[in-house]
Amino acid sequence: MKSVEQIELAVSRKLWLDQKHEEYRAAKLRWKSRVMAVRAGLLVLLFVLWETAARAGWIDTLLFSSPGRVFRQIWSDLSGGSLWPHLSVTVGETVIGFLLGTLLGTLLAVVIWWSPFLSAVLDPYMVVFNSMPKVALGPIFIVMFGAGFTAIVITTLSITVIITTLVVYNSFNSVDPNLVKVVRSFGASRVQVFGKVILPSSFPAIVSTLKVNVGMSWVGVIVGEFLVAKSGLGYLIIYGFQVFNFTLVMSSLLIIAAVATAMYQLVVYVEKLILSRR
Amino acid sequence: MLPLVQLKGVTHAYLGDREATLAIEELNLTVDKGEFVSLVGPSGCGKTTLLSIISGLLQPSRGDVYVGGHPVLEPSAEIGYMLQQDYLFPWRTILDNAVLGLELTGNLNEETRRRTLGLLKELGLEGKENAYPSELSGGMRQRVALVRTLATGPKLLLLDEPFSALDYQIKLQLEDLVAETLLRRGTTAILVTHDLAEAIAVSSRVILLQPNPGRIRRIFTVPEAIRSTPPLYARDLPGFAELFHTVWKEMELAGRGD
Repeated sequence: MKSVEQIELAVSRKLWLDQKHEEYRAAKLRWKSRVMAVRAGLLVLLFVLWETAARAGWIDTLLFSSPGRVFRQIWSDLSGGSLWPHLSVTVGETVIGFLLGTLLGTLLAVVIWWSPFLSAVLDPYMVVFNSMPKVALGPIFIVMFGAGFTAIVITTLSITVIITTLVVYNSFNSVDPNLVKVVRSFGASRVQVFGKVILPSSFPAIVSTLKVNVGMSWVGVIVGEFLVAKSGLGYLIIYGFQVFNFTLVMSSLLIIAAVATAMYQLVVYVEKLILSRR
Repeated sequence: MLPLVQLKGVTHAYLGDREATLAIEELNLTVDKGEFVSLVGPSGCGKTTLLSIISGLLQPSRGDVYVGGHPVLEPSAEIGYMLQQDYLFPWRTILDNAVLGLELTGNLNEETRRRTLGLLKELGLEGKENAYPSELSGGMRQRVALVRTLATGPKLLLLDEPFSALDYQIKLQLEDLVAETLLRRGTTAILVTHDLAEAIAVSSRVILLQPNPGRIRRIFTVPEAIRSTPPLYARDLPGFAELFHTVWKEMELAGRGD
């Protein structure tokens, strides 16, 4: 008799819990879809406002163009094939600048972590170089590497490497010294300390510099293209500006926004992959 | 028989920009094989410094340390070191954490891995091998840290307040488990603690240090009856309270600098 009551109690408790959980999940889903809806609505509203303003003559279409024109431009450039070379050049430069910048920056961080002496020696140089507007070095890069791909990648590197080094080196140094003590107590060598503790525990910091570097690389590449290029999205912006074709400028900006977002999301995905089980 | 641990005239000074402070002065100590010795004393008496020196993590400014007849010049897997907290690596599974020492010393193979699994089982961690540290409770994590330290088969185990960060109940259970495990394996241990009851309950000798600079003030030998009883029950034995008060009084005096 009693056991039947107990089973009933357990069943009703389970039902109640399930129901509560279901309600909770539904509420969460509603919240998510509300955010998405408002987000999308905001974007549409922006474009509608822009289009209306252009048609009603509130803004000068020569300067600000209009969404219709911009999308028509993008569509015709895409289908006509004239956009692809520019896009691929810029994306290529950005990806290479991004990867090289992160790699070199991390390597430099490893080197100065390895040698505290070198770190002390290089410290003021890095601070000075980091606070300098790197764009100012553009002309020098052009003279050194010629007006083209190399100069643009170097411009990107000048922006990304030092900041990567500083952030990664900082994260190397902020590793819990007790974790290091653990491996040292087993007689670990410096290579082992680095490989077993310093690097794995700095992964989150390294990945978050990746995120920053996506944006930095785009800045570097576009600025580089402003200065030297004969192709690429940065070149299209400058060209559009010079011939007063602001539809071209705006469409280039939109494309940059889209591709940069895609790259960023890719890095976020990689981050999830690496840090999923912590 | 040669003592396992020998400290001869160990002196250590910490050097800073502003001043040099003397942490330990002319300290001599021997610990026999299989002994469980506790270091107690008021704060600033150099307990942890002494432990770091014995482990080889720190080189004394003067004097020599011998473990197993060889001078200690750098840390090695011969000497296990267990810290106040578990410091498990969050990115490694429990088993991967436990075999860390074997991995670092290049001794990781099927045989040692199996032995480590057995050790985990012995300490009640069966079925947790593939979990991550964040999924375990504090007491379990500290047990994993113990397995990690024991997995390399150290002759000497240094324990730096390994129970102080735990809840009281867990702490008592773990004291028992550690004392029993070490006894069974015949491992020599040196425990640093600020808990006098713990020191008396688990060890065969209690070494009281005094501060400014760190020196040995007095060595108390724990009676056989208390020594051979598991820590949890040792606390109830006659003579335990008396010894506790004697050590306590002496420590008060040491703290005042008398």
